[in-house]
Order: sequence, then C-alpha cells, then structure tokens
Amino acid sequence: MNGSAGISAAALAAAMALAAMLGLVAAPLAGLLLAIPGSGAAADVIGDPYVWHVARFTVWQAFLSTLLSALFAIPVARALARRAIFPGRALLVRLLSLPLALPQLVAVLGILSVWGSNGWLARAATAAGSGWRPDVYGLIGILLAHVFFNMPLMVRLISAALERVPGEYWRLSAQLGMPPRTIWRLVEWPAIRGVLPGAAALVFMLCATSYTVVLVLGGGPGASTLEVAIYEALRFEFDPPRAVILAMLQLAITATVFLVLRRLAVPMETGFIPQTPFPRLDGDRAGVRLHDVFWLLTAAAYISTPLAGIVFSGLGADLLRLTTETAVQAALLTSLMLATTTSLFALLMTWALLQPLRGSRGGTTENPLTRTADLAASLVLIVPPVILGAGWFVILMPGGSMEWFAPAVVAVINALMSLPFTWRVLQPAFRDVQQRHGRLCAQLGIRGLARLRLVDWPLMRRPIGLAAALSLALSLGDLGAIALFGSENFRTLPWLLYQRLGSYRTDDAAGLALVLLGLIMILMILAETTGRRKRAP
Amino acid sequence: MTGISVTLERTIFRYEELEMLFDIHFEPGNLYAIMGPSGAGKSTLLNLVAGFESPLSGRILFDGQDMTGTGPDRRPVSMIFQENNLFAHLTVWTNIAIGVKPDGRTTAEDDRRIHEVLERTGLAGLEHRLPGELSGGQRQRVALARALLRNRPVMLLDEPFAALGPALRHDMLDFVAEIHRDKGFTTIMVTHLPEDALAIAEQVVFMDEGHILACTRPADMHALAQQLPQLARYLGPPST
Repeated sequence: MNGSAGISAAALAAAMALAAMLGLVAAPLAGLLLAIPGSGAAADVIGDPYVWHVARFTVWQAFLSTLLSALFAIPVARALARRAIFPGRALLVRLLSLPLALPQLVAVLGILSVWGSNGWLARAATAAGSGWRPDVYGLIGILLAHVFFNMPLMVRLISAALERVPGEYWRLSAQLGMPPRTIWRLVEWPAIRGVLPGAAALVFMLCATSYTVVLVLGGGPGASTLEVAIYEALRFEFDPPRAVILAMLQLAITATVFLVLRRLAVPMETGFIPQTPFPRLDGDRAGVRLHDVFWLLTAAAYISTPLAGIVFSGLGADLLRLTTETAVQAALLTSLMLATTTSLFALLMTWALLQPLRGSRGGTTENPLTRTADLAASLVLIVPPVILGAGWFVILMPGGSMEWFAPAVVAVINALMSLPFTWRVLQPAFRDVQQRHGRLCAQLGIRGLARLRLVDWPLMRRPIGLAAALSLALSLGDLGAIALFGSENFRTLPWLLYQRLGSYRTDDAAGLALVLLGLIMILMILAETTGRRKRAP
Repeated sequence: MTGISVTLERTIFRYEELEMLFDIHFEPGNLYAIMGPSGAGKSTLLNLVAGFESPLSGRILFDGQDMTGTGPDRRPVSMIFQENNLFAHLTVWTNIAIGVKPDGRTTAEDDRRIHEVLERTGLAGLEHRLPGELSGGQRQRVALARALLRNRPVMLLDEPFAALGPALRHDMLDFVAEIHRDKGFTTIMVTHLPEDALAIAEQVVFMDEGHILACTRPADMHALAQQLPQLARYLGPPST
C-alpha cells in the first residue's frame, strides 16, 4: 500500500537522523572516554585543588546568577502584567526579547562599554569628581552579563504564567478590595510559584555552561568555569588528559541539573509577554505606581544601555577601513557560509526528527520514536558544545588533520547547539498542521514534496523562518566551538573579534561587534517578515 | 439590608466596532433577567455596573448616588461569574473568608458567620476541600455563599449556571430566588434560557447590538415578540 510505504519512509528518515545525531554526539564522547588518562595522571588532576576551585566557582556563579535574575525578573514581570497600557510598552517588550538573540560576545562588549573601567559609569564618576573606577572583571562582570541574558528570559516565563491566571481572579480581587500585598499572596505568587523552579533550573543550566561570558569577563584563574578551563587545557596547556577529567566533571554537573529539569517539567516554551494583558484594576495606588515605574525603568535602562553602548563604540571605530580589510571580509564570508551550512543542517535534522509525528491514519501519534526524538533534540543541553568540541579535538589532534576537518566539525557542533531551539519552534507548529490537515492529506494522497509545497510550507513559513533565523544567529555569534578550532586559515567574525580584543585593538573589536549586531538585526527582521501574512480573523 | 436601585444614565461604551448605549433604571429589590444574542453587550452591562469597565460617558448611580468612578470594591455589588469564581488553590473556607476580610484574616465573630452561611447553603463539611474536589454546582454554591456573606445590596450573575445540567440548574435558580426572597437584593442575572427567566425573574430586559430594546414582565415576553422582530428572532418559533 502506498500509504504505509510513505510512513515507513518517514520513520526511516527519522531513524537515520537520530542515528546521525547520536553518532555525532557519541563519537566525541567516546573519544573523550578513550582518552581518559591512566590512573596516575587522573589522580593528579583530581587531586589538584584548582580543579575543585573551578568546579565550585562554576556552580556558585550559576547559583548567584539565577538568584539575581529571578529577584530582578519577578517585580518586572509583575509590573508588566499590571500595566496593560503605557506609552512605550510594545517597545519595552521587544527590548526584552533582544538579549536572547544577541551573540554573547557582542553583549559582553556592550556591558563593558557601560560598566567597564572606561565605560559610561566610570566616566560619569570622573565627571562628578570621584576617583571611583568600577572593576567588572571577575564575579561581578559574570553576574552582570548573566543577568542581562537571563532576567528577560525569566520575565517571559513568569509573564506567561501570569497570563494564564483567569481574568475573573483579577476582577474578583478588585471586587473584594484586596490590597496589593494580598493580591501578591493569593493570586500572583501562586501563579509564579508554579513556573519558578523550572525557570530557575533552566537559567542555572544556561549559566553553568556559560562559556563566552566567563572567557571574556572572568579575567583570570580566580573566576574561571569548567568550560573555560577545558578550553585552556586544550589550547594553552596542551594537556588533553586534564581536559578530559574537567569535561567529565562538567558532564556530571549538567547531567544532574538536566535530570532535575526533567523532574520539574520545565516550561520548555520560551515564554511570551502578552502585548495586551488582561486589564487590571489594582494599579492605581501611589505605592504600586511608584513600584512599577521604578522597575520598568530599571529594566529598560539595564537592557538598553549596553545595546546603545555597542552602537556608540562601534560608530567610533573606523568602519570604512575595517570593512575593507581583507581579514575582516574573509571572516565575514566564512561566518556567513558557516552559518548557512549550520542552519540548513539543523533544519533538515529537525524536519527528519519530526516525521514520526505523522501517524498511519493521518493523525498525530505518540510512539517510542517521537519520544526519543524529543529527548534527542535537547541532548546538547547535557553535552555542552565545548565538550563536543573537546571530544573532536582529542580525536582529530593525533592525525594532524584538524585543519581539514575544522569547518565541518564547527558546523556540526553549531547545528547541534541550535537543535533545541529549532525543535521548540517547529515541533508545536508541525503537530498543529498535522492535527488539522493530516487526515485530509492522507485521504487525498498528498505527500512528499507536493505536501511540502501545498500544505507545510504555506502554513509553517513563519516558524520555519524563525527557526532558520535562530540557528543562523546562533552560529554567527558562536565563540565556543570556533575558539577550539579556529586558526589563521579558518577565522569567523566572532573569533576575529576575540583576537582583536585580546591584542587590545578595542576600536576594531567595537566596530566588529557593531557589524555582528547589524547582521543579527537584519536576520531577525527578515525572519519576522517572511512569514507575515494576513491572518483570517 | 434590602436592595437599592441601580441606574445607568445614557452610559456609552465602545467595544471594537460596536458602540453601546445603556439607559435603564433597575428598581430596588427586583429580580431582573437580561437576555439577548451573543455580543449584545449583556456581560458589558454587568461589568459596567460592577466597575470592571469604565464608560466613555454617562453616569452610573446606586440609590441615586453617582459611583461612575468608584472602584469595584467600594461599590455595593457582588458579582458571580460563569466560572473561576473561586481561587483554585484556596480551600472553600478561605474562598469564603476573603469575602469578609480581603486578606483572609478573620476574627472569631467572622468565623461564626462563615459557619452559619456554610450550614445554610448546605456546604457544611466541605470547608476544607479545594474547588477542584467539588462539583460545578457546589462551586457556584460557594460563590453564592460568599455573596450572601458580603451582603452587598446588588447581586449580579453572569450566566452562572450555563455549565450545569437541567436538574442542578433548577436547584441553583431556586437558591437564587430564595436568597432574593430573604435578602431582597436587587438581582440582575444574564441568561440565555427563556425558561430561566420565566422561572424566577420579575422583569426581563432584552438587548441587541449594544442597546436595550425592551423591559417587560416574563409573562408578556412572547406577546412582545409579536411587535419586536429582534426578540422574535432570538426566541425562535414557539415550540408546540
């Protein structure tokens, strides 16, 4: 029968994608395991107090980052939910969605331009006659950056939770005349409490595997994380055994957090801030008004100043010279090619993993294959990119063929990195289309490319565009993989930026950051306009 | 405590394309049923009276006193919604208690009154349950118990029993009628079913497209339909 042939082809595609994925993750892991040093060398590493210091710091900074992000995000999300209408609300909501798409390296430069020792704060202090110089390198800088990325993420997750509160609750609390404190205790906190553990675990995971931020802002052995230590062991100390042990420690931490995450049933949606939430009646008191204005302004300032900093410092650089430089042009070209390859690879992989959702009768099905696909898509959360990179590094180094394989390895790692995101964007949309039109397509025999052209593409343009943009942005901004494999012959824009930063050519770095920011903005705007069509009411 | 009058004086409200105008006087202590097709503005009318929405112009008066700008908690009103009248994570007891003390911290005297109302509404023994462990009818009964305890002279009901089966709905309507008899609250109930109106209402208000077209005794409803094509269309052909 034709129908069943189609289904087994779908299952085959998914099985192959799964096998490829597992292979691409298993190979470097196997490489690492095989490279586990003899017991003597291992004992040396494990007995090294510095290693334990780094492990402790990794957990400690992640804990503090999560705590601060939550403490900042809760009042902001509350204020946003309480104020359905104010001038600039739409702009603030957009602003809060920016850090998630911003390359970490670019954001870090922005943060330095505000909080750094030559930043706006320092200059304001000098102008005021104070000799105070902020010193952000170390824990402070890491926390500033992590809060910059994760406070908005938490605001989104908490806003989504507040949005799910039935409108009658707000009306009821207004009718009963509850003071703000009671509304917090009886309505807001119970709603927030539901998502907080999951959101916190997610942020903790992101901060525990944070790499770029720590590399640039850590500023020395005192404030280093396992990821950075792995990179240093491979590239500076040429000590693969040490890297392997560090990688195992890192794996133990991420796997533990991941297990907790699954237990907590984390909000895997990225969350959303409603454009027009339910109109509230409890925002008129002077105290409440003051609270909301304070937190909204603080959030807006905290997110917008580093962005403004990137633009201003970037414009201060000699952009004309910079963009005509051969090295820059080559890096730009490499970055674009790498990002395109990555994005295509990630989309194909996601699409193949989605196929088992198409059940035999045209409906959606849950079966072992779909569940495995779901798990596989988040595999990279447990095995962070630097570990994948370290594995490939250990495998490829002895053969001397590193240069050859470097671009492919970086593309594969970047694609695996973007899978959790492309999956979260495409899976719900795919499921939706299948539920609505699957049976009709099965009955009319619409499948293969015809189905893609007639049904899937027109209905999924927007999520496909968004998924493509996300993976492109991720690859364009990535420093984790390229830091291990970059060389004179293989240089991406972020790697070039990092090198210029390292050689104190800060103007060049600022200019390159602006170029990267511009690229990402263009991408995001394109993604938003691709799928925009008139919607039926 | 007996009911007080509610007056909407040329009250204008806009929702998307529809401009609504309400001009009506509800007599103290009467029981009104509000009927009309979906989108006629029935719920909007209740939301304006309760203070959840503000009119573009016009005045809303309680007992002749202008309360157009008064907040929901300072109006003499209790409103029962179709669903979500209870906080799902709070017990029946606390859900009623916040009607007496908005922060839920009750005095011994309050507790005595809550017990009394629980007995009276047949909810005794359920006070430690969560709303999720109650039937739909019991949940609405808790909401009514809270309104009873709050003792505000105007009671608004927005299709409160639409989700209940026929037998249960009749019980609940009887309960509303009983509260009305005992307390004399001015009661305004939105409903879709003519038989609900016939069963307990003293007056039927008919609305269409944001305007009040008629106010009549339930018994005269079908006679009025002869002259009012919108009402005739809404009621449909008489069942034989």
